[in-house]
This record gives sequence, structure tokens and C-alpha cells, in this order.
Amino acid sequence: MGEITFFIDGLKIEANEGDTILRAALEQGIYIPHLCYHPDLKPFGGCRLCTIEIEGRGLTISCKTPVEEGVRVITENPQINKARRIAAELIIANHYSECLQCARNTDCRLQDIATYIGIEEGRLQRLKRTVRDLPIDDSNPFFYRDPNKCVLCGICVRTCEEINGVGAIDFAFRGFATKISTLKDKPITESTCESCGECVDRCPTAALARKGSERPAREVKTICPYCGAGCGIYLGVRGDRVLSARGDRQNPVNNGQLCVKGRFGYDFVNHPDRLTTPLIKRNGTFVEASWDEALDLVVAKFKEAREEYGPEALGGLSSARVTNEDNYLFQKLLRSLGTNSIDHCARL
Amino acid sequence: MTNTVGEIAGAGAILLTGSNPTENHPVIGYRIRQAVRRGAKLIVAEPRRIPLVNIADVHLQFKPGTDVALFNALAHVIIKEGLEDKEYIESRTQGFEYLKEIVEKYTPEYVSGITGVPAEDIIKAARLFAGAESGSIIYCMGVTQHTSGTENVAALTNLSLLTGNLGVPHAGMNPLRGQNNVQGACDMGCLPNVLTGYQPVYGDRETDTYWRRLKLEKGEAVAPPPEEIDTSVILADTIEFETPVYKGMSVSEEIRKKFSKVWGVELSDAPGRTIAEMFHYNPTRRNRVMYIMGENPVLSDPHADHVRKCLEEMDFVVVQDIFLTETAKYADVVLPAASFAEKDGTFINTERRVQRIRRAVIPRGDSKPDWEILQLLAQRFNLNWNYSSPEEVWDEVRRLTPHYFGGMSYERLEKGGLQWPCPTEDHPATPIMHKGRFARGIGQFATVEYRPWAADTVDEDYPFILTTGRKLYQYHTRTMTGKTGGLNYFLNEELMEISPRDAQALELTAGDVVKVSSRRGSIETKIQITDRVPPSVVCMSFHFGESAVNVLTDPAVCNMSVVSGLKVSAVRIEKA
Repeated sequence: MGEITFFIDGLKIEANEGDTILRAALEQGIYIPHLCYHPDLKPFGGCRLCTIEIEGRGLTISCKTPVEEGVRVITENPQINKARRIAAELIIANHYSECLQCARNTDCRLQDIATYIGIEEGRLQRLKRTVRDLPIDDSNPFFYRDPNKCVLCGICVRTCEEINGVGAIDFAFRGFATKISTLKDKPITESTCESCGECVDRCPTAALARKGSERPAREVKTICPYCGAGCGIYLGVRGDRVLSARGDRQNPVNNGQLCVKGRFGYDFVNHPDRLTTPLIKRNGTFVEASWDEALDLVVAKFKEAREEYGPEALGGLSSARVTNEDNYLFQKLLRSLGTNSIDHCARL
Repeated sequence: MTNTVGEIAGAGAILLTGSNPTENHPVIGYRIRQAVRRGAKLIVAEPRRIPLVNIADVHLQFKPGTDVALFNALAHVIIKEGLEDKEYIESRTQGFEYLKEIVEKYTPEYVSGITGVPAEDIIKAARLFAGAESGSIIYCMGVTQHTSGTENVAALTNLSLLTGNLGVPHAGMNPLRGQNNVQGACDMGCLPNVLTGYQPVYGDRETDTYWRRLKLEKGEAVAPPPEEIDTSVILADTIEFETPVYKGMSVSEEIRKKFSKVWGVELSDAPGRTIAEMFHYNPTRRNRVMYIMGENPVLSDPHADHVRKCLEEMDFVVVQDIFLTETAKYADVVLPAASFAEKDGTFINTERRVQRIRRAVIPRGDSKPDWEILQLLAQRFNLNWNYSSPEEVWDEVRRLTPHYFGGMSYERLEKGGLQWPCPTEDHPATPIMHKGRFARGIGQFATVEYRPWAADTVDEDYPFILTTGRKLYQYHTRTMTGKTGGLNYFLNEELMEISPRDAQALELTAGDVVKVSSRRGSIETKIQITDRVPPSVVCMSFHFGESAVNVLTDPAVCNMSVVSGLKVSAVRIEKA
């Protein structure tokens, strides 16, 4: 992978061989409008918004054009602007415009484009066709599919194919009626979808959006508590509630990807059935107790058994679910009390 | 895992066995699918038709419990066709001649009769695996939860050694660990016979000679026993992966001394009980009191009725958990613990990566992080514990386990996870193990024979083989996932998988309730008719208390690892 030097609007840019012009530009902090491009996926070239000009060669799309030594790229001129404005307006004209009521308000790639282009109300009205009012698929308990907000970028289709490898959805129907569909246009829960939410995570608009769209007040970097893969996550928190989770793109295990449990399986944290106080069984039923009462009883019973039968009377099952520090102290405690009878479910 | 999760995507060939990653380790499932899209050959050796079979080059659908025969047959073909990595075998292994002798009789035809796999598929799989640039073996409890679990792993490892796939990128032996910190629980010494980093507490004759030999191989002098043992030698920062051994001394004795000094207590060298022994059939061999932290053995352990009985018969049971689990109901005292989101600490994943977890919210009500509860108890036993944070606990682990964790300070872990061994602060950590040289010195081929499994045999009364697995939308005993509405929407009851042929023979239709009985008990469950299981085999998950499969399973264990043979139980099926 050699270094390549080229120019964007006269600025000298360095990029790796094999990079596309769009990727190189974005990495340098130069915004070129785009909708169907996603850094995790192969370039698609569907939205035509990333149009640029290469001096001496004419207009082309930057998401599919590899960088070349010495080429001069122009991102703005009347010809490019005209092509880009038409492409953008055709997408925006028929898009739902009640942004304040939308789950992705202020976090929407289409809003980015509208802001970049500068919308002219009158032109948009002329482009508007009859309103399309397609049914929303809310069959999945974790996310909605609203085809009315879809811009047909195909990111969800490619994510399903390239990231998860499931291929539950694809483009269906023709022309004006084109939409993203499952096999036979059934609800998503009747498809091969595994509810991983990778497509929801990458959707540029709210065509795919989480149910319960409250945004967290802060995020905490941690590790998923389910299987042994150890995916990095950011928990979205508000007050003392865990609201959401998203993948940590810096984590080398998952590169930001998650499964259904790792992305959506956190209701248990805030669940009302959580144990909140020590319990002591009296006459066959549990009664609430203070920490002092509960711990004193444990210590008394452990000592009693140890005195009567020796330290071998004690045994403990540790947990594959708790931290190393918790596990270390568990075996330290039991061994300090004189027994080596410590095990856990790794033996199952 | 000897290698990293990330490397899977670049593997030349993948031999997947006893594992269903797209449901149980989905992100690793993505990597396998990615590898196949990039041209990797995928061999699935699995009694069930798991989802990845759809993209596999070959599916070796063998009869549950015949793993060793199948793996030996693959070795047979590799050797017979001269596909083995001769240079690797010559320079890095021993025992090849014995292996050759043992697998001689495991011809594809002979093994086809044992496993039910067509001989040509065995040959094809062996050629694909041995012919690839790099071959990664990925396996899981489907290999280990057998009365021959250790032999299964040994026979599998032979394939990796034969093809020169240990210690190289995109290859290796890669067991997928089922839980977020099962690796950590083992590494932290929550096993009867070892302390942190597998330092033996007792019964270390084998380990002793092994560590001593490593020392000798390196050409280092094995010191005569000093008058007094200088424990600072063992605690020294310069410690290497192998702990120094003094001639004529037991390693465990040194290790107990080292820990005693830091902990301020005498350590027992009396052997401890494993899970199976804690629930021993003979009541006099069990412990009298039981401390259970974050486990639910009533649902997760074999022969559940017996586990319940044991818990009832205990003098005293303490359960520490985040919910009132099925097991907690048998407790005398229940201690409320904080969940992963409410505490700081570290987990170790399946690829040995130590990663930081961080408190996101405050503990619910009066609940406390487990380490705080343990410290409160220790102080009541007059033990001198004064940790103010998990970091202080971790630093003690590092000090006592330098050969694994010496170089992993919280400060360093803040920047990203590190894979053990990582003995010093400037050590780069170890993404790939056994590079250039095995941790034990030279690679040893194991010679294992197939034994027709004897623990729980199919007969006229119990004609079906019951195997167990997990499902995408639930997790273990549902302590967590059962509290998530959306996941329950997808799956809220057990659906036992039964083949169309068997369903027809028993006159069953989808959704029927059946009574499943083994030699230990019986339960009722709904069924799902599917070709995921072959005829004569049925499969259940252990997620649901209402259809608790472990009422049926066999607690007979593998003699070497004391792991229960959960994957094979003989059962009878009747319409309920």
C-alpha cells in the first residue's frame, strides 16, 4: 500500500493506494455530500450525490473512483452543483419533513445534505409527487421499518449481506414503486432477519429506527455481558437507567458490530424484579434483612460448620458472569477459610 | 483461543465443530461468514444442521459421541495422502509415529460405519483442511461436554498439529467460551486445584516435572534446593512464563508459600471438590454449606432433580445474585449483587483479552458489587482485607500472577484490552500463542482411541439421543434475557427439535406437547419439526425452567476434566 499524492480543490492530499477519492476527502475532514456511502461497506454509487470533477476527465462519482497520483479533483463548480442539487432535491422532495417528530432529528444524513445544498422551498414543491403512504413494519420488538423515510441508499441491504451475511432484505419492485423488502414483502420478523440491528445502526435516516427513541444523556464505554466474544459497547445512560447500547468501533473484537442480545438485551438492568436488599429465609419464606443481619448469619453458619466438620464442610460456586476481581476474591475468601472446594460452570 | 477473533475472517479453511456461532457467538458468526465470502473453505462437523451448514463446503453430520472416530479418520486421510506439514512435524512436534500407528485403522470406510458420515465427505474435508494456506479449528461445548471430552479435544488438536496450524496467523485451536468471563473465572483460580494463572495448589507432580523440563530444555541450570526458599524469586518482576523450579521441591509448595505470604493465611493442600463432587450422589462426600455467587445450577447442571435435593439437604446455602433465580429459592440467605452495568472491573474474553468494564449506573437499592460483599464477609472472619477499589484487587492479582498479567495495569488497559500472557509493562501482549515454540516446549501428538460411549446408552426403552444447545434470542437460564420483553417475543418457550421422520413415526405435528423421559426424570416440552436434527436425535436448550432439560441429562463426567457429558443422553419420547 503505497502513498499517493493528489489534489482536492488545489489542496495537496495524501492517501493510501486503493482508497477512493471520497474516503480520502472525508479522512482529511473535507465534506463531500454522500448518502449511500458507508465506510464499512463496498462502494455502491447509487445516490449520485458525491459527484466531483477530475480535471480533464469530466464528472464522476467520488465514492467509486480510486485515488491516482497527481490527479486534480474539483468538488464545487456550477456543473457539479447542478447535478448534485437535482439528485438531492429528488430525494428530499418526497421525504417526510416533520423533522422534529423524527427519531433521527439532528442525527440525520439527509438533513446534512439539505443543509449543504441549501433548500429552495419553491423548487421542492414543484418536484413533489403524490404522497406515498406505505405501511410501517413494526413487527420487530426492537425497531421500526418506515419505508416512507427510506432514501433507497441500500446501506441496509449491503449491511445485511456484507456485515452479518444474512441477506434478509433486498431492493424490490420497479421504478417509482421500488422499496426495500423482505422475501415476499412479509414483515421483517417473518424473514431470515436475526435482529442484530446492524442496519438500524447504519441507516442514514429514520427508515430504520430503534423503538424507544429517547437519547441517552451520557455514554459509558464497557464490555457486553453476554457471550465470551467480549464485544466492546457504549451503554447509553440517562439518570440511573440504561437506555441503549451501541458497538465500540475501536474494539478489535467486534469493530462496532453487535448481535441482538448485545444491542437490545439490557432491560434486565432496570427490571423491577432486581434484588435490592438482603433476604433471610424464615419459616420457609424470605424476609428482608439488613446487611449486618444477613452477613452475621452467613459468618455464624460458616463458622459453625467449620468447627463441627472442618474446613472441608465449606464449598463455593463462583461465576463466569462476574468480574475477575470478584472471582479472585471469591476463591481467596474460601481458600483463606481453609477449603479448596471452589468451582464454577466452566466445567459444564 | 490460541489466535484472535479478528483473524478468523482471513482464514484459508475453517473446521467448525460442536459449535453454533451464529446463534451463540453471533459476532464470531459474522467473522466466519466474512471468511467464507473471502474464499475460505468451511467444514462443519456437527450432528445438527446448524445455520452455517448453508454456506459450508462440506457438512460432516456425525452421530453424537463419535467425535474421536471422525477426527482420527481426518488424520488418517491427511497422513495417507501425504498432506501433513512434514517440516512442522519434524521441527516442532513429537509422537507422530505413534499417531500414524493409531489412526491407521480409522479408514474413511470404517469410520463411516461408526459416524454415519459418507466416506467421500471425510476425504473431501481432510483435503480441504490440509490443503488450505491456514486452517482454523473453532469448537465449543459440543466437543467438550462428553464423557470423552478431553479425548475429543486431543484428537482435534492432532489435526491442527498435523497441518502445522498452531502458532501461525489465521489458524490455531479456537474454543469459543460461552460466557463473558468464563475465561476470567478460570484464570482467577476459581477451580479447586489451581490458583491464579493455573498455579497449582496441590497435586502438581505432572506440572512439576513439566516446568522443570522446560527449564532444562532452555539450557538453564536447575538450582539445588536452597536452605530457605527465597519467595522473592517467584515474585520478581523479571519472572518468565515458566516459574523457576528448584530440584526436589514441589511447585505447589512454593506457590502456597508465595500466596500465604501475601494473603497472611495458611493455605490448605487438601484437594477441593469440583461441581460434580459438590453434588455427589453420596451425601457424606458433599460439603455441608454452599456459597453460590452468580450461578443457577438448578437449571444449568445435569440431573436437576438431584441438584435440588442436594441443595435442600445442605446445612446452609448462600446465594448472591442480581435476581431471585431458581437456585436462590433454595437459599437460606440471599445477597443482592450489582450487575455488570453497576461496577468496575475486568472481564477476559475467549481470546484471552483482558478488558475493562465500567460503572454506568449506581447499584439498585441496597445491592452491592460482589467484591464489596466478599470483603465485608472477609472482614467479619477477621481477615485483613482493605481494598478500596477493584483496581487494588487487580494489582494483587498481577503481583501474584506476573507470568500472565504482570504488564496489565488498569492504566494500560484503559487504552484497550490486552491478551495474556503479558508479563511486563513493555511486553506487547500475545495475540497468537505458541509462535515458534509451544508453551510446553515441543508439540505432543496425542494418541486417543474411539470408545463407543458407555455412560448413557440408547436402548429399546430410551431410543433417542438427546443433545443440548442454546438459542439466539435467549441466554443460559434466562436470568437476564428472560427480563427483556423483545427477546421473549421471539422465543418464550422451549421448542424441542425433532426430525420430520421421527415426528411422523410418533404421529406428532408442529407445536404438540411431548413427554420426554430419561433414566433420571421426565419433562414436558413443545416440539418443532425440523431437519436441523437428523433422525433419532432430538435437541433442546437449557433456557427454560418450565421445560428444564437438565432434569434429563446425565451427570456422568469425563474422567480427566470432570466435565459432564451433557451432549448425549438417551431419552424416550411420548405424546403428552
